[in-house]
Amino acid sequence: MYLLKKEMMNVDKLNHVNIPTNSESILRVNNLNVYAGEHHILKNLNVKIPKNKVTVLLGPSGCGKTTLLKCMNRLTDIYKELSVSGSIHIENDNILNTTKNIPSIRQKMGLLGQRPYPLPVSIYKNVAYGIKLKGVRDNKLIDYNIEKHLKEVGLWDEVKDRLHSSPQSLSIGQQQRLCLARGLAVKPRIILADEPTSALDPISSKIIENLFRDLKKHYTIVLVTHVLRQAVRIADNVVFMSNGEIIEQGTPDKLFKNPQSSQLQEYLVDGN
Amino acid sequence: MNKRKIIEEKLFRAFSAFATYSLVVILAFIIIMIFVKGFGALSWQMVFDTPKGGYYYGGEGGVLNAIIGSLYISVGATSIATIVGIPAALYINIHLSRYKQIQNTIRYILDALWGVPSIVYGAFGFALMLFLGMNASLLAGIITVALLIIPIVVRTFDEVLSTIPKGLHEASLSLGSTRSEMAFKVIFKQGFPGFITALLLAFGRGIGDAASVLFTAGYTDLIPIHLDEPTATLPLVIFFQLGSPIPEVRERAFAAAALLTIIILFISLSARFLSKRFSKTNLN
Repeated sequence: MYLLKKEMMNVDKLNHVNIPTNSESILRVNNLNVYAGEHHILKNLNVKIPKNKVTVLLGPSGCGKTTLLKCMNRLTDIYKELSVSGSIHIENDNILNTTKNIPSIRQKMGLLGQRPYPLPVSIYKNVAYGIKLKGVRDNKLIDYNIEKHLKEVGLWDEVKDRLHSSPQSLSIGQQQRLCLARGLAVKPRIILADEPTSALDPISSKIIENLFRDLKKHYTIVLVTHVLRQAVRIADNVVFMSNGEIIEQGTPDKLFKNPQSSQLQEYLVDGN
Repeated sequence: MNKRKIIEEKLFRAFSAFATYSLVVILAFIIIMIFVKGFGALSWQMVFDTPKGGYYYGGEGGVLNAIIGSLYISVGATSIATIVGIPAALYINIHLSRYKQIQNTIRYILDALWGVPSIVYGAFGFALMLFLGMNASLLAGIITVALLIIPIVVRTFDEVLSTIPKGLHEASLSLGSTRSEMAFKVIFKQGFPGFITALLLAFGRGIGDAASVLFTAGYTDLIPIHLDEPTATLPLVIFFQLGSPIPEVRERAFAAAALLTIIILFISLSARFLSKRFSKTNLN
């Protein structure tokens, strides 16, 4: 608990802004239920994701954080065993109940996985991939965007001389930033990050966390993590989940300094 | 470690080493025996000449007709298997991943087809040929061998695709790919070396199989020019000559077997080389 308090004091100095209660939400989850066969994975969830903030989905492993994240860009579609009901609105579109094309819904959200999965093409083509899928054919525009997004994630100087080599030659932290640049290149509104630092060393993790602090000026970030201290460091809004349910949600101040539920109290103690 | 564990470890290691090295020795023995027995008959004339009169009784000539015929059939069949096999494997692996029962049933059927003896394909090809009013020909041989090797291409490639992490599927989809774009632009590229392995397995089986071409491709001393002409094949050259009472002819059978081995070895090595080159240049 001592470490947590110390961390919170540091973070308070850094960047925390309390979210006004009427903050504009970009994504709204209503009555979301997910079943895997008979197993009830997500139980009637209601969440609002505020715009241009970092929302952290926090909770012990297996509590349904990743499933909630995958519902948000309909990646649950590729798992036949999952049945999803309820609604998820991005601005005014319900993405769960739509006949609109799913790829364009997914392009509104950039996904960053637990470990980097670079496509089996060059560094250049990795970032170009999504841009081309959006129908951009002008090579100059593609080059411009590749440079812009690689700079955005601080990777440009490290890779500008080897854009046409394999991403396998990059360190795992660099690969993760490449994947982030690749996701940003499709111009998403929201970045969905599923424990993006779990495979990284502390320095690479810190780079990613710092990036998120910068990126929230332009994007909304939903970050899944079970690392409490990471949540404390970068969250503007916290959703604490346990056993498929949302136990508490609100600002980090409210949740971490004054947890209401016994589950969160236990988590805060065990997490340190 | 206690004594029992040490003994277990040593025993297991000894047994594994024995199994591995005995396999290598047996394989080496087979290849050496073929070359030793056929060495006397191996000549440039054998490779670059067609059979002349009385060849099968020890006369002049070579087996160029069968070399070309075998290459025609195996390259043709492998091409068909590629055209059918790649989309089929991608479909089974990606599109059917949400329908496990159908996916498993199709995999089971393909596995069963893989295990069907080639003489059955030969008989089927023969029946199909009669039904379509065709003669024994290059085309009938290609179709029959293609049927024989398609399950090999599909299942081998499918198994390779299964090892590709789901995270790559998700990464590609979340960038806005459709499933088909993901299949061809990402997953196929990732599995390309495995695809080459699948083709090599299929090619090796196709060029070396005698039973499937016995009734369907026929046999002739000429090099086929059209698809509707019959063609000789190396496995049948071996088959026909091995049964001869004349020792020189039997020696030619071994020489033909050595040639077949060399062709498979050459194609396998060059395909692996090209696949490595392709994987590298593909990045540019």
